[in-house]
Amino acid sequence: MRRQGSLFFQTLGDTGGTILVALLLAAAVLVPILNGLPASSPFHVSNYLVSLFGKYLCFALLALSVDLIWGFAGILSLGHGAFFALGGYAMGMHLMREIGTRGVYGNPVLPDFMVFLNWKELPWYWYGFDSFPFAALMAVLMPGALAFVFGWFAFRSRVTGVYLSIITQALTFALMLAFFRNNFGFGGNNGLTDFKDILGYSLQAPTTRVTLFAASALALALGYVLCRFLVSSRLGSVLIAVRDAESRTRFLGYRVEHYKLFAFVVSAMLAGIAGALYVPQVGIINPREFAPANSIEIVIWVAVGGRGTLWGAALGAVLVNYGKTYFTGALPEMWLYVLGALFIGVTLFLPKGVGGSAREWIGKLMARATKAKLALAPQPGVTE
Amino acid sequence: MTKLLSWARAAAVAAGALAGVASAGPAFAQAAAPIKVGVLHSLSGTMAISETTLKDTMLMLVDDLNKKGGLLGRPVQAVVVDPASDWPLFAEKARELLTQHKVDVVFGNWTSVSRKSVLPVFEELNGLLFYPVQYEGEESSRNVFYTGAAPNQQAIPAVEYLMSRDGGEAKRFVLLGTDYVYPRTTNKILRAFLNSKGIADADIMENYTPFGHSDWQTIVGQVKQFASAGKKTAVVSTINGDANVPFYKELANQGVKATDIPVVAFSVGEEELAGLDTAPLVGHLAAWNYFMSINTAQNKAFISKWHAFIGNTKRVVNDPMEAHYIGFNMWVQAVKQAGTTNVDAVRQAMYGQKFMNLNGQMAVMNTNHHLSKPVLIGEIQANGQFDIVWKTPGVVVGDAWSDFIPESKPLVADWTYPWVCGNCTEPKFKN
Amino acid sequence: MVHAMVTQALGSLARALLLCAALFSGTAYAQAIEAKSIEDLVAILGAGDFTAKIDATQALATTGDPRLVPILQALLDGNLYARKSDHLVVIGKEQGGTLTATDPLAEKVIGQAPVADFERARVNNRLRTVLQTALGALQLAHPDPSRRKASADALFKTPSVEMIEPLRLAIEHEHNGTARRALVRALAATELQFSEKIDAKRAAVVTLAALADPDVRSYLNGRINSIPETANAEQQELKAAMTAAVVQIERRIASWQTFGNVLQGISLGSVLLLAAIGLAITFGVMGVINMAHGEMVMLGAYTTYVVQLAFRQYLPGGLDYALLVAVPAAFAVSGLVGVAIERGIIRWLYGRPLETLLATWGLSLMLQQAVRSFFGPTNMQVTSPSWMSGAVELTGGVVVTYNRIWIAVFALLVFGLLIFIQRRTQFGLQMRAVTQNRRMARSMGIRSGWVDALTFGLGSGIAGMAGVALSQIDNVSPNLGQGYIVDSFMVVVFGGVGNLWGTLVGAFGLGIINKFLEPYAGAVLGKILVLVAIVLFIQWRPRGLFALKGRAVEA
Repeated sequence: MRRQGSLFFQTLGDTGGTILVALLLAAAVLVPILNGLPASSPFHVSNYLVSLFGKYLCFALLALSVDLIWGFAGILSLGHGAFFALGGYAMGMHLMREIGTRGVYGNPVLPDFMVFLNWKELPWYWYGFDSFPFAALMAVLMPGALAFVFGWFAFRSRVTGVYLSIITQALTFALMLAFFRNNFGFGGNNGLTDFKDILGYSLQAPTTRVTLFAASALALALGYVLCRFLVSSRLGSVLIAVRDAESRTRFLGYRVEHYKLFAFVVSAMLAGIAGALYVPQVGIINPREFAPANSIEIVIWVAVGGRGTLWGAALGAVLVNYGKTYFTGALPEMWLYVLGALFIGVTLFLPKGVGGSAREWIGKLMARATKAKLALAPQPGVTE
Repeated sequence: MTKLLSWARAAAVAAGALAGVASAGPAFAQAAAPIKVGVLHSLSGTMAISETTLKDTMLMLVDDLNKKGGLLGRPVQAVVVDPASDWPLFAEKARELLTQHKVDVVFGNWTSVSRKSVLPVFEELNGLLFYPVQYEGEESSRNVFYTGAAPNQQAIPAVEYLMSRDGGEAKRFVLLGTDYVYPRTTNKILRAFLNSKGIADADIMENYTPFGHSDWQTIVGQVKQFASAGKKTAVVSTINGDANVPFYKELANQGVKATDIPVVAFSVGEEELAGLDTAPLVGHLAAWNYFMSINTAQNKAFISKWHAFIGNTKRVVNDPMEAHYIGFNMWVQAVKQAGTTNVDAVRQAMYGQKFMNLNGQMAVMNTNHHLSKPVLIGEIQANGQFDIVWKTPGVVVGDAWSDFIPESKPLVADWTYPWVCGNCTEPKFKN
Repeated sequence: MVHAMVTQALGSLARALLLCAALFSGTAYAQAIEAKSIEDLVAILGAGDFTAKIDATQALATTGDPRLVPILQALLDGNLYARKSDHLVVIGKEQGGTLTATDPLAEKVIGQAPVADFERARVNNRLRTVLQTALGALQLAHPDPSRRKASADALFKTPSVEMIEPLRLAIEHEHNGTARRALVRALAATELQFSEKIDAKRAAVVTLAALADPDVRSYLNGRINSIPETANAEQQELKAAMTAAVVQIERRIASWQTFGNVLQGISLGSVLLLAAIGLAITFGVMGVINMAHGEMVMLGAYTTYVVQLAFRQYLPGGLDYALLVAVPAAFAVSGLVGVAIERGIIRWLYGRPLETLLATWGLSLMLQQAVRSFFGPTNMQVTSPSWMSGAVELTGGVVVTYNRIWIAVFALLVFGLLIFIQRRTQFGLQMRAVTQNRRMARSMGIRSGWVDALTFGLGSGIAGMAGVALSQIDNVSPNLGQGYIVDSFMVVVFGGVGNLWGTLVGAFGLGIINKFLEPYAGAVLGKILVLVAIVLFIQWRPRGLFALKGRAVEA
């Protein structure tokens, strides 16, 4: 069926995905240019929008990672915020070390909060984070390792369905409580903040912001291509089989737990990358990112966008978060009604999410168009 | 239908913004354009319980100013947004207020972490923030005025009171707190202070609990056990918000009386007590710079104005509300003095700005961006109010950097020439 | 006889207080007595500063005048007022801004006046302690045994030499066991501190050592601290005896403490059970991932508030029983909301369980905001009825508060009721039939839609009843439900989805484990350990404690 040659087009596969990747690539190139235009120009993209959409793109990548396992392997993780936050903390630790002597107490090695808690030396788990490549590696490896250990036990024990969902929630809840502890060495409730620069560039400079935006756009595009490649491959077919009939797949001789574990680890790593890109853009990482409610929200972005469409998940993340930004400003006392009603409305009226329904409509329209075309064309089969 | 409309509106705004249409555009009728005051308090989520009241306070103050004819001949407009107790969202909303709504000043935040989250935004965009809540100190930003208490305006006087004869001559202390930076810092300062007063570490117990902790059986039991060492024991509580109600309920039910083990709290005010039956808690203490029970004409006027504005005579007034009252009025005076809302000009005009607080004493804004305020100790009464049992003779200057922490002792915050610095050991400018 | 005793006691008390006061405030106090009549001293109680009030209280107590009890009590309770115009001191009773004033010494009503004309006499903790001691001495012969016990306890806390004889006398005439124990304790403490005979002191230590009482430990520690290293051999011997007594008491307390931990665990477990039991139906039995469960609990708590408000308005005398009305009211409110939710939203989503997560999450946001808009964002005050206030003090410092006892009883009652409904009623049968095999049940003529609605309503209504109980120990705020939702899911999953007995065992198991970990690990680490334990437990038993067996499991 599949030809090796056109793998790239295959991986894009669907119209939605192609549009998404095209948009992201365009944004990664155009936004820095438009941002550089003088503010009076009608085409100027403000710093505010750059930082806002930079954040949304990170959320979109996170949603994509959840859709990979929920939409294609049937694993509903209610603790994916944990992987996002771990990636964020890894980056945050690096940015903390970058502050150097510019902290309020001027200690060249210890971050302010450690000076403050009377710590005399850097704990061992902070070693190495002064190097950016190490931190970047950790931002991917730490979530990956946690997902591997957790998934190894959970999938081998055949923990499935709501049981799996709830223990992922227990995982993120336990991590939240741990990171809240001041003795834990990650800044407690305040988390890591007061960052100055990344790779020597000031985080407050518009050029740095727009670069981070472009990096997020590229990461999302690459993440999308990777996910699409995975789900279109043979592995993807097995995952879908697991999603739809796990026992049957197992009886057919597949090592179900290996497939699930692989997808889970990849997904956690993507979430970690999203977290690492998110932290320098918002300037703070704190234990609230581990809150179970945050993880539930991620699942909701995916559901709103359309589970199992990948590009829909990204769309859902941007839509819901844009809605939140807009309504918390425009209707500060009513926005929860609007958002709540939106969630209920989507569930009842767009069961496949915005993305899934859009695809259906487009499909129907195309079918109608084709039918019309067919009706006009001479029909050899009928004229006999 | 309305939902559709608002979505249409959202889409229109989004499209407009994306297309790069500057939302402010050329200002029409410059003279009548309102002065904008940003209000950055959570109206939903866990902090809504405390912060919504402050939003209403700001609306009342703005309303009041407009009735008096506005400011610089212009009307004043409050721009309210909801950061939803979500710390990164605070930063986003701060940026929105400063760059999209172009507000002249922002009044907001409650938790330290939310302040830390918005700090880089205010510094980057040179905004002005008034922060009204008691906090741990160890900060002085050029762009923030701290109108709540620093630790030396709350914690230390309270412990001195407990060690005094009237306070029961406590010799042993339990420091109970929620596990976050304010209690950790305050307790660190207190431990150093107690040590300096000859109290050994063996007579100090520290205990931290998570946010919203609701099962206090074990800890109240531990406190009673710690108190049975034969020395007068007192509890210093930095327990935060939500967790207080179950804590005090457990305290009352286990029969911990103020005459046996007094509890002095730094985060429990009239608003927190409003959810409690205080009859069994009479005599437990709180330290603040303001209590609703203060018997002055200004205070009575403020309370009745608040009741009229909110339309409910049962609502209480608390310390952070007074902080906003002082902060807002000082800002108004500074703007009048400067003749502009320009942040740099207003900041200069703020130094030395005086305003009568609700105690009838003069609050002064110091060059370290902290206020001079009196310290009051109040005892909980059966009617949910505090009875003031002790107060400092005059006002106390807020200290940004505690003298009881070795690292922060040499630091000075002074934003006027020649220092011009929030954390320096020597002036930036030298002759 | 009793009268003679009282007189004698008061006489001794006068001397005792004279001594104490002379020790503490010296000349100022002596002048106060010489110079002032009772009326003058009462005037000081109304208006003086704290030190003056303390001197006046001590001076008044020396007069031994029985008329003073109501005055001192009024000052302690915050019912003593001074008129602003002429500093006239009255005992007042405030109601709706009007003060009914009573002359403090003549004990007759003077009249009514606006409360604003008066200033309430202020008290601080030091004055409070002095007042309690004075009242303790004056009330050793009070007809109410609980007051006699309170007096003895006050005298235990601040012993004075002159009280030895009155305490002995009081013990001789005391028939109430509790009050007698308190008196014996107070006497032993007083003798240990003031007796001149070393034998009496030794005997006192023996008496005290037999009590497994943290207060006694506290007192003995205080005595031990007061004996310097340089004291004579006799003193040193006494110190050693007291130290041994403390060790003995501590050992006994420690063994009681384990029992106390179990009780606290049961108490926490019953809170978890109440919070989770409604979810065990909506989530466990029906399979709806019900994120709005916490809000059903919250609605129950707000219903309690409204019911109490109504009682306060229309039936203030019955406020103590408002909770009994609140329970069915909360069941009705949350239950009806639950039925409405099921009919309006959930029923369109059967067969798509994961999507119920999305819809109920949206619903939970809206309900929280609705409560915030309607009641305001601040905490609502829900008072505890008198029968739920206070605590039982078991030996060994183990304290069980009444509200927690009632909550545990209530949790078990609710659980029993639910089991009864599920196992023994027609509706329960239909409920089980529909959840086990919907199509078969329909073929048998069961209106499955109706059963679904009622089942969801039942689960929600029970959550509402939990809200009544939680309003007694937690904040009544829009965030109430959010604090319990994660724990509730943990309990249901730990116990095994779909099994009510699993929820029961899960709740108590987690509660007790938590309370045993907390003293060693602290509250935060204890909770983390419990969560890790749940994660590991699920690896071992992937379907919870009591797994459902059969085909339904795979669905």
